[in-house]
Amino acid sequence: MTSVRGGLPDVREIAETVTDPELPMLTLADLGVLRDVWVTHAGTVVVSITPTYSGCPAMDAMRADLKRALRDAGYEDVEVRTVLEPAWTTDWISSAGRAKLAEAGISPPHSAPIRAAGPIQLDLGATVRVLRCPQCGSARTEEQSRFSSTACKSLWRCRSCLEPFEHIKEI
Amino acid sequence: MGHSDHLDDYGDAYGAIAEDNNAQRWAFGSGFDDPLAGVDTSVPSEVDGTDLAAYCLMLGDDALILSHRLQEWVSWAPELEDDVAIANIALDLLGQARLLLARAGKADGTEREEDTYAYLRPASEFRNVALVELENGDFAHSLARLLVFSTFRLALLDQLRTSRDPVLAAIAAKGVKEVTYHRDYAARWMLRLGDGTPESHQRAADGMAAVWPCVGELFTPHEIELRLATAGVGVDPSTLRAEFDAVVAQVLSAATLQRPPDSASSATDGDTDAAGGRDGRHTEALTGLLQEMQGLARAHPEATW
Repeated sequence: MTSVRGGLPDVREIAETVTDPELPMLTLADLGVLRDVWVTHAGTVVVSITPTYSGCPAMDAMRADLKRALRDAGYEDVEVRTVLEPAWTTDWISSAGRAKLAEAGISPPHSAPIRAAGPIQLDLGATVRVLRCPQCGSARTEEQSRFSSTACKSLWRCRSCLEPFEHIKEI
Repeated sequence: MGHSDHLDDYGDAYGAIAEDNNAQRWAFGSGFDDPLAGVDTSVPSEVDGTDLAAYCLMLGDDALILSHRLQEWVSWAPELEDDVAIANIALDLLGQARLLLARAGKADGTEREEDTYAYLRPASEFRNVALVELENGDFAHSLARLLVFSTFRLALLDQLRTSRDPVLAAIAAKGVKEVTYHRDYAARWMLRLGDGTPESHQRAADGMAAVWPCVGELFTPHEIELRLATAGVGVDPSTLRAEFDAVVAQVLSAATLQRPPDSASSATDGDTDAAGGRDGRHTEALTGLLQEMQGLARAHPEATW
């Protein structure tokens, strides 16, 4: 669905270079936020993105960054569309993205939980998860809070190296 | 960084903010892009667009008003982690509200934008339940409300995932993931307070008792909810009560708290003071909240910031 026009660079390749405003080590493609890029018959570049969380305040910045990158590459007519369905899941973060997160000291997500039939179960904290510290590799870590500096992260600390770290929580 | 570099970077901070091409870097204020840009917002067949818009306002206003009450906690919560958690929960609800208010403007054909609904309606046009508008009270009171609200909303959104309106279904599917975390947060705090010291136990019990009279309204169906439930678009809230009761019982039991008694009026009577929110009947608390939330937008109607 992508095309090269008149010697201009490939639209998908350009869109894939745009980084996330809050996790700048990741591209929107690494995050799985970039869903599709194509050029219409009329020559409009259409980019579709999906929000990580409903209230993600970075969506406007992402739209602006995508438009800027494509315009800088010579595409004047750019439209960024929102896709709500299917809802974003951390399973869409690429393996390259996971490696970059770990390198930046952020614990990457495990597989998103598979929902059992019936009502959604409460989690009162009885199940203790083990995460490895992204700084020192120790498994002696504990969750401080399910919420952190952005909606997509939880806050942890390592009881071996005593450093705090963030974990991309599974959704 | 040298001193002169420092001046270069920060000397013109005002200019950096004011630069037009940088405005979208600043995630606050009004004038955001349409959150439904590029989404197909046509109304499903055999559905009344006015009903659908009103329903979106019910769900959207619940989220918007509770988001505002939660925002009032920021910098006042017992620990920094809770300031952060409550701000994140408020942000999720604000995001749900933005999508739902934008969907309302598309559904009734008025093309009103989210800001028009949020900033320019009087209290009598808000369709939220009383539960979300009441003053915060102490921390236990606010967390009891969050437990009740998120338990109700999670059950509701979970059913709404199969709505015949694909926009509502998508908003719900996303919201389910978020509200699951909200409910766990509130439930864990009720556990900690209820099964804590005599003082925290008493405050948790008082908080549950204070919010309980508002529970009946959540499950009293409005005629619009019933019509949309029949059309396969909305959810009849009375069908959610069993799941709500089971979850609340699980939390209260673990927290060594008693379920407050159902008052005769709140359980069944749709005409009490606590059951008129869906029709725009509200307490004084909403008026005060709106004065703060809408003050700037009403004083400067053309402004974006």
